[in-house]
Amino acid sequence: MIRLEKRREPSQVFAYLTPVLAVLVTMIAGGLMFAALGKDPFVAIKTIFYDPLFGQYASFDRPQLLVKGGPLVLIAIGLSLGFRAGIWNIGAEGQYILGAIFGAGVALAFYPLDAWFIFPLMILAGAFGGFLWAMIPGILKVKFGTNEILVSLMLVYVAEQLLASMSLGLMKNPEGFGFPGSRNLQQYPSAHNAEIIANSGMHWGVAAALIAVIFAYVLLARHQLGYHIRLTGEAPRAAKFAGVSPGRLILVCLGFSGAFAGLAGMFEVSGPAGQVTIDFNTGYGFTAIIVAFLGRLHPVGILLAGLLMALTYIGGEVAQSSLGLPSAAIQMFQGMLLFFLLAMDVLTGYRIRFGQGETA
Amino acid sequence: MTEPLLSIRGLTKAYPGVVANDDVSFDIQPGEVHALLGENGAGKSTLVKMIYGLVKPDSGEMLLRGKAFAPSEPKAARASGVAMVFQHFSLFDALSVAENIALGMADPPAMRDLAERIRAVSDQYGLPLDPWRIVGDLSAGERQRVEIIRCLLQDPKLLIMDEPTSVLTPQEVQILFETLRKLKSEGTSILYISHKLEEIRALCDEATILRLGKKVATCTPRDTTAREMAELMVGAELHVPSREQKEPGAVRLALKDLAVKSPSEFGTSLKGITLEVRAGEVLGLAGVAGNGQDELLGALSGEIRSANDMVSLDGKAIGATGPRERRRMGLLTAPEERLGHAAAPDMSLTENAALTGAERKGIVSGGFLNWGRARGFAKEIIDRFDVRTPGTENTARSLSGGNLQKFVIGREVMQAPEVVVVNQPTWGVDASAAAVIRQALLDLATGGAAVIVISQDLDELMEISDRFGALNEGRLSEVRPAQGLTVDEIGMMMGGSHDMEVADV
Repeated sequence: MIRLEKRREPSQVFAYLTPVLAVLVTMIAGGLMFAALGKDPFVAIKTIFYDPLFGQYASFDRPQLLVKGGPLVLIAIGLSLGFRAGIWNIGAEGQYILGAIFGAGVALAFYPLDAWFIFPLMILAGAFGGFLWAMIPGILKVKFGTNEILVSLMLVYVAEQLLASMSLGLMKNPEGFGFPGSRNLQQYPSAHNAEIIANSGMHWGVAAALIAVIFAYVLLARHQLGYHIRLTGEAPRAAKFAGVSPGRLILVCLGFSGAFAGLAGMFEVSGPAGQVTIDFNTGYGFTAIIVAFLGRLHPVGILLAGLLMALTYIGGEVAQSSLGLPSAAIQMFQGMLLFFLLAMDVLTGYRIRFGQGETA
Repeated sequence: MTEPLLSIRGLTKAYPGVVANDDVSFDIQPGEVHALLGENGAGKSTLVKMIYGLVKPDSGEMLLRGKAFAPSEPKAARASGVAMVFQHFSLFDALSVAENIALGMADPPAMRDLAERIRAVSDQYGLPLDPWRIVGDLSAGERQRVEIIRCLLQDPKLLIMDEPTSVLTPQEVQILFETLRKLKSEGTSILYISHKLEEIRALCDEATILRLGKKVATCTPRDTTAREMAELMVGAELHVPSREQKEPGAVRLALKDLAVKSPSEFGTSLKGITLEVRAGEVLGLAGVAGNGQDELLGALSGEIRSANDMVSLDGKAIGATGPRERRRMGLLTAPEERLGHAAAPDMSLTENAALTGAERKGIVSGGFLNWGRARGFAKEIIDRFDVRTPGTENTARSLSGGNLQKFVIGREVMQAPEVVVVNQPTWGVDASAAAVIRQALLDLATGGAAVIVISQDLDELMEISDRFGALNEGRLSEVRPAQGLTVDEIGMMMGGSHDMEVADV
């Protein structure tokens, strides 16, 4: 018989080890799934994890690692602040879309003016768009006690409709021959989020993600606000006793996560994506939830997890094209990662005992 | 001499790093009330858990009526006639008494039959209890009756009671004692765990005293003084808190008609509390748990805001001020619930030191926390109050209840408060540590602070209070000088309006 026994203190070792274990178990279970689909599991795993970094076309894939990892890390950092405090913003995808719409909106309003202040203004607008969208669940929760999970999630679908409306209406490219979608910001230098180092994938959004990692690290480790965030997550009553105002903390956390998601959207629309289109959003906002947990809600962990997740994205695409794996299989593979991580989490608080159930 | 009901022979149980019970032997006779005495961490809980089948001994044996007794789980212990009333009740607030009792039964009878049986048992033992009442509306004393009746329905031969009187008024204690004496006269043995030595002297036939896991003495409580028993427990001479008498100074904290709604559904709202505490004075507030103690502490800590002029500190209205600002002004508080309220369970002692010490101990400046200072502060508390822990980086959860209590009280005491309010400051703390905590509170008063002690331990309140009041259903009784109050008067002040009649035996 296998039993779980509560540890006196959470294990430090397992807190670091579980993500690694989760990745290994995901490889095994994913391998079995690929085998069941009739593919060689070893080749599939190698295609996903090895080829993008060191394979034949790695020079093309490696920059993509930053392009995909940047927004994931940036969004996940924002989400992790709320998650630490027990505030569940599930609607980063919507905030990401709003950030893109606001950012692109500023650029399109100034088009074709050539001025240095346009891009900084877009950054502010993008952050503000995401912030605004996150304030809706925030204020509803504080004022009326609504559930932020439901409200933020449903607002994703509202945001998607808004995005469609923008690409077909207000922001549609007047010189676009009737095709949906805005002007391409890549061809508008004042608004283009260009690569900082050519062909590296390193654009301003990636820089922002790195700054966000440092910011969150300092906030959580050294600042009183970060301490209050952690305290609220650990023991809400103790936090109130310490003097944390729960309503204010909800707004602060949702505000940060919304603003960061909005920034990610803005950097994406002005850089890699280039234009506001109906299918602009590709699920970064949802994947970032996995990234946040995979990274143990720790800034450095999130950085690593974001890169790992980006790797499975790119590797997944490679596997789709070279091995003919269905995209659903890749999504399942990513889902498994979160699933096993949460399952392995038990080991942090409990130890496994084999043998006959005895009262110890 | 008859055969003992339960004979314990050389029971030993070790946990990593500590021997909880070391070769403990004693006998419980049929119809005997046997006291188990000891400081926190002396191994009382482990011992009764072994008897109740929750913990398996490493070595040694138990004999129940001469036959080997080794329950593998509580169900087996209950089947052999051993029942236990825990210190913390496991009842559902939203269910009725009968439903709660049915939940604990393997094969519950129809609800109406069960209610009849509950009524029969409660009449027989003088424990008035309506089976259809909702548990959320019951007083602590009545809740305890639910637990006791739950045990009595199993017709036990041995009833284990863990600190049963800690939540009762003096009158309720009398009712309980009558019930226990009646059980004893019917031949039921009772193993009675308590810190309250006077109670043990009144009730128990025999006492076994544990210290650091070993049995150190047996005595007949009737023939032994409370002080002698306390010294046997502690293994040293007991230090009785002392202070210089001083004229009280200016009013430091004043409540004017304080009324706030309880934030929790089953809480008690405060209704028109008016009081003043002066510099150098200790005000003791008694009351059965759940009569507004938590809410009063919340209203003083700043967790519950009131109209601004309802609370004033040194003449300044602060009713609408938040906890951090109140701390900065010198009003410090320590709530009753240690884990989760006074301290964050999974955070280190350093982090927990910053929880209330951030403002006054210079741990925060410009919004940034100085963890070095927080660690230093945690270290000071640990040293001064003898908190037993490997170090400042251990989590609050890893401390035993008494040690965490020392830490939590020490954290406030060492911030040199102007006014300090503590709720149940020595709850679950052993005698010598309790004396240290009480002395620290008295020293603060001597130094010119105003002290409010909310407690259910009347002995404690009488020992340290200058003036005495009681909370009942969110109202404050008249506040009177503590000197010369009789137990009856205190009982009346506590209101104890719940079923005052003593069982007729």
